[in-house]
Amino acid sequence: MREFGYARPTDIAEAVALTYADAHARYLGGGTNLVDLMKLGVETPSLLVDVTGLPLGQVEETAGSSLRIGALARNSDIAVDPFVRGRFPLLSEALLSGASGQLRNVATAGGNLLQRTRCAYFTDVSKPCNKREPGAGCAALDGEHHNHAILGASEHCIATHPSDFAVALAALDARLEVQSEEGLREMALTDFYLPVGDSPHEEVALEHGELITAILVPAVPAAARSRYRKVRERASYAFAICSVAVVVTVVDDAIHDVRIALGAMASRPWRARRAEAALAGSTPSAGSFAAAAELELEQASPLRDNAYKVPLVRELVVDSLCELTGVSR
Amino acid sequence: MAAHLVASTISLRVNGQTRSLTLDHRTTLLDALREHLDLTGSKKGCDHGQCGACTVLVEGRRANACLLLAVAQQGREITTIEGLASDGELHPVQQAFIDHDGLQCGYCTPGQICSAVAVLDEAARGWPSAVAADVADTDVRLDAAEIRERMSGNLCRCGAYVNIVAAVSEAAGGRA
Ligand SMILES: Cc1cc2nc3c(=O)[nH]c(=O)nc-3n(C[C@H](O)[C@H](O)[C@H](O)COP(=O)(O)OP(=O)(O)OC[C@H]3O[C@@H](n4cnc5c(N)ncnc54)[C@H](O)[C@@H]3O)c2cc1C
Ligand code: SF4
Ligand code: FES
Ligand code: FES
Repeated sequence: MREFGYARPTDIAEAVALTYADAHARYLGGGTNLVDLMKLGVETPSLLVDVTGLPLGQVEETAGSSLRIGALARNSDIAVDPFVRGRFPLLSEALLSGASGQLRNVATAGGNLLQRTRCAYFTDVSKPCNKREPGAGCAALDGEHHNHAILGASEHCIATHPSDFAVALAALDARLEVQSEEGLREMALTDFYLPVGDSPHEEVALEHGELITAILVPAVPAAARSRYRKVRERASYAFAICSVAVVVTVVDDAIHDVRIALGAMASRPWRARRAEAALAGSTPSAGSFAAAAELELEQASPLRDNAYKVPLVRELVVDSLCELTGVSR
Repeated sequence: MAAHLVASTISLRVNGQTRSLTLDHRTTLLDALREHLDLTGSKKGCDHGQCGACTVLVEGRRANACLLLAVAQQGREITTIEGLASDGELHPVQQAFIDHDGLQCGYCTPGQICSAVAVLDEAARGWPSAVAADVADTDVRLDAAEIRERMSGNLCRCGAYVNIVAAVSEAAGGRA
């Protein structure tokens, strides 16, 4: 690991100024991803600006039963918060399905969204990787890619985003609040993660030095039902090979509102907008759910070793929708 | 590039004692404990957050010491396996691991025990786990499925899981 400086400001403006002033500075949240990547030589910051002393740890109800999650709130504290458990159980389910009790106690909300891919070539500095070193090539294309993307990837990178939390937030239409040197701005979480294209190293719409200060989650309709489901290679303490977050509201036997986000399928949480559009206003049935999932997956480009994800995610979408709408398969 | 100081002097409360240390910023809490404070109970299995052998309590909450930078723990209260017994009396979780043979080689055991101590506390606070039928339910009963899920951050290469679950179950007040 390279030597680095360390600062622990207690003031947001000071934290932002310190990071803007040094092009190689990085914010330190819980460090569960950054410290790991520093050990591997993937990250080589000159300065760590520890943001855990900033007053951004609150999880609170805001006007109209909406939710504001401070960027420094720990994953555990969000998952166990009574308001979150009662009104946004999808978030608790997603968070509790991730990592371990130890890691969730330390990991922050902002750090979770900004965790890097678990592609084994990205974390091995001896291998070619466009995300780590633009132009180097992608070792996963012909290599070990059984848990890589089937949606939205490009020939430059096929990595997936590993966060469970981000998938649930995408289904809830969450927004991010970001502090720059100029002031605060807000954006939709789904716009925050950039398409891969030919620049897989540009992952998020954040300038160097910009700090995520909060995650804003709008209220869900009182009649909405939701579920986060995750498939992995062992029962616990493993990243998803497929996950689905669904929020659905049925009124008078018709789908009034449905939001579906897929995890472990793309470089970002994947909102299944085609499927959602196909289902809007329809009568819930296993057949229409399957047709909607098929429509979404027409865009899939499976690779040599990850084609299993196509039927897996289709079945998980259909199963989740059936469960939530009380329709039998 | 601006020149930054690469070491700092910090103080930690470790098992009830204040310890002052001057450390390179790269030092993890695990290395600070093992290499600088001679507290070798906490183990290094993977050094990447993937095994739980390094589990300690920070301000009473379990964490992987291998991914924590020591400098970032300034002023915090750290409890390691060496700090669990009091007045020559083993912690009930330690005793339960002995009574149920919750170990074979013992390498993962300090981490398992620290983790289990925190699991009991989290359950008492009504924290849900991923196997909860309803995450809003605050009445947490530590049955075998709950214990397995909550202890999943601690791997055991010897596969002593059956007896580990029995030990945690007894410490949780259940019948083994
Ligand atoms: C063994 C293991 C298993 C795991 N399993 C899962 C899993 O199943 N599901 C899952 O979702 N995750 C999993 N994780 C990942 C874990 O959730 C992340 O490591 C964690 O959420 C990162 O949060 P942090 O606060 O520690 O981030 P850090 O490591 O501190 O930071 C990560 C990145 O975010 C930046 N950053 C942090 N906060 C801010 C901010 N407020 N504004 C701007 N930039 C910021 C940092 O500069 C850094 O680049 C696992 C991790 C491990 C080690
Ligand atoms: S898939 Fe992306 S992260 Fe993995 S080796 Fe290819 S370019 Fe790198
Ligand atoms: S040594 Fe820390 S988790 Fe393995
Ligand atoms: S007892 Fe040997 S690793 Fe667990």
